[in-house]
Amino acid sequence: MNTISPPNSPARTYWIAGLATVLWLAAYNLVKPLAEWAAYSALRLGRASHLGQSLAFFLYDLPKILLLLSGMIFIISIIRTFFSPERTRTLLGGKREGIGNVLAALLGIVTPFCSCSAVPLFIGFVESGIPLGVTFSFLIAAPVINEVAIVMLLGLFGWKIAGLYITTGLVIAISGGFLIGRLKMERFVEDFVWKIQYQGALEGEKLTWPLRIQRAWGSVKEIVGKVWLYVLIGIAVGAGIHGYMPEAALASIMGKQAWWSVPVAVLVGIPLYSNAAGVMPVVAALIEKGASLGTVLAFMMAVVGLSLPEAVILRRVLKLPLLVTFFGIITLAIIITGYLFNWII
Amino acid sequence: MLTIKILGSGCPNCKNVESVARKAVADLAIEAEVIKVTDYVDIMAYKIMSTPGLVINGKVVCAGRVPSQAEVTTYLTNALMAE
Repeated sequence: MNTISPPNSPARTYWIAGLATVLWLAAYNLVKPLAEWAAYSALRLGRASHLGQSLAFFLYDLPKILLLLSGMIFIISIIRTFFSPERTRTLLGGKREGIGNVLAALLGIVTPFCSCSAVPLFIGFVESGIPLGVTFSFLIAAPVINEVAIVMLLGLFGWKIAGLYITTGLVIAISGGFLIGRLKMERFVEDFVWKIQYQGALEGEKLTWPLRIQRAWGSVKEIVGKVWLYVLIGIAVGAGIHGYMPEAALASIMGKQAWWSVPVAVLVGIPLYSNAAGVMPVVAALIEKGASLGTVLAFMMAVVGLSLPEAVILRRVLKLPLLVTFFGIITLAIIITGYLFNWII
Repeated sequence: MLTIKILGSGCPNCKNVESVARKAVADLAIEAEVIKVTDYVDIMAYKIMSTPGLVINGKVVCAGRVPSQAEVTTYLTNALMAE
């Protein structure tokens, strides 16, 4: 077995983690007062002026979102070090449909997942006897309940909306997977998948707490490194909209009355897969100007859950009818969700 | 000579694993063959459930993430000692 010694001693890792936490908390609480001071006092922009409002928005939201992203991704990554696809497979083995769907959806949130792993994961699950529908519940939950999307929703709309998003994602994953299971589409899985012999799982790694912290920090660097520029651009555009666009300017085209706003939002979301982080601030500003919540939720889910690259990847193991059914059910569920929330909120 | 295989179908993480591996090999100044495995049937032979995967001399040393150069150096050294 390979032993990896961490570059820092455990004590040093704990000290750095502790210090980082304190600094984070201080920074997070100082952002708003500092932003307002900078825009309104230091630069003497009027509180009602377009430029003043845009700048205050930008100076407040950019550090806030980046801090939230770092903090939340760190915590989520620590949780994820306790899970692995191998462990999830063991946990799901032998569970019937129904319970299996619920468990698979929940595990989809905490198991580390990237779209390019969809195929090995699918094969691994199916080969070890996990029902097709249960596997699909996992495959719907994992990308849709995406940590960047959740953090963005949390930072821009608050925990209630973020919680709503997670709950809706779970409901879609559980019922979508269950439905696919009932449709008995096993014959639409590519034949070679069934021929792969399942010969026992790879052992997962044994992780110590210092290693967990280092891994989580690595994830933060990786993800924030990928999205920070999009976040910056998104918040800049959002700031412009916030400061310059008249209130309710969008109510007619993106508000509840525009029945077509939900399907259009979903369509627009499909090609935007990798830009959940940048797109959200713009959307948040649009909401402020009259776009409605259901449309936004639908849009967010379409961006992360309907991914063309993932569809192309899954085509290797799913025959076209099953692939179309899979994405069709997700799309339908997202559209229904959009209408539902526009109606009730 | 070590045989290093990168398991993955070409997403950015897989490319990162390849470049980290090549750098580690170059820094250690050892002889190693680096092969990219992109076909899923071949990848599944290694029983991993998440890509990218790193295989040295037939043994999976890392799966599902991009290891640091320090980690790859450790794997390579271990493999050399086991040869």
